[in-house]
Amino acid sequence: MHELSLASSIVDAVTESLAPYPGARVKEVRLRVGALAAVEEESLQFCFGIATENTPLAGAALVIAIVPVGGHCPACAKDVEIASLRSFRCPVCGGPVENTSRGRELEIDSIEIEDKEETVQS
Amino acid sequence: MTTRIVELRQGVLKKNDELARKLRERFNAAGVLVLNLVSSPGTGKTAFLERTLRELHQSGARVAALVGDLETDNDARRLAASGAPVRQINTHGICHLDAEMIDKHLDGWNLADLDYLFIENVGNLVCPSSYDLGERIRVALLSVTEGEDKPLKYPTLFNSADAAIITKIDIAEAVGFDRAAALQSIDQIRPGIRVFETSARSGAGMDTWFAYLKAQR
Repeated sequence: MHELSLASSIVDAVTESLAPYPGARVKEVRLRVGALAAVEEESLQFCFGIATENTPLAGAALVIAIVPVGGHCPACAKDVEIASLRSFRCPVCGGPVENTSRGRELEIDSIEIEDKEETVQS
Repeated sequence: MTTRIVELRQGVLKKNDELARKLRERFNAAGVLVLNLVSSPGTGKTAFLERTLRELHQSGARVAALVGDLETDNDARRLAASGAPVRQINTHGICHLDAEMIDKHLDGWNLADLDYLFIENVGNLVCPSSYDLGERIRVALLSVTEGEDKPLKYPTLFNSADAAIITKIDIAEAVGFDRAAALQSIDQIRPGIRVFETSARSGAGMDTWFAYLKAQR
């Protein structure tokens, strides 16, 4: 339900990053989204189309990579991956998994842009 | 024309996360315990908070609350009857509170004069989970009328909670609430989390909740 806010934040962040490339157009935005990030992919795609209108991102593709959920198992003393969002227990020992920080990502990984070579600054 | 890849590696919610971090530092420096209450609409967040504020206020604790809704200040007026300072945040269509809304509504409050600050989020079990408000404790509430498997349906929110509260236990029997199933589904999503079984109407379970709050300070 908050996908339009997220899409607007993506447009803002990407537009800011275009400062060194005046006149550049964005062809693709690559996003990393955790399985636990509460993002509905289809809805985000739809909102991205709307939020990018009349911006340098107009017509850009949004490519979403889903990051699986992982956390720390204190009993095994190691990081483990969670197979199902229905049980946050260690797949090895069955103990509770703590600090499920992996899988909440909502990160712009990279963008593909098309710009005029002469305007590029390093 | 040249095509190039630019690496960004930037969080989409970076601005919110940075502001939330600053808020958390402010709250810690002021010594106020901040809690973010999240649930579906109709779980009874406001009734639970009403009783919490009233009893804490009467016991001499210094409490305040921020309450989020799309429209109306009905909840703020209800909560203000407790005697505690309360402010309404109207989001006008936005489905969650964010750190900026909290920051704006703290103006004029001296945080060092507070022991507890409660934030009642917009009734929604999806979107509030993504927005850090700078709280120390995130509380997920679930009523006995909602279905015992709700934590399984909304793992993102329940997995990010620090405490869970089952509300309206005074009518549990009448609605055929399966307590064991509810506790099990909470434990599946957030193993080991503290669960409080309460009724804002009868006061059942509230003492345990107050003891927990006191111990967190």
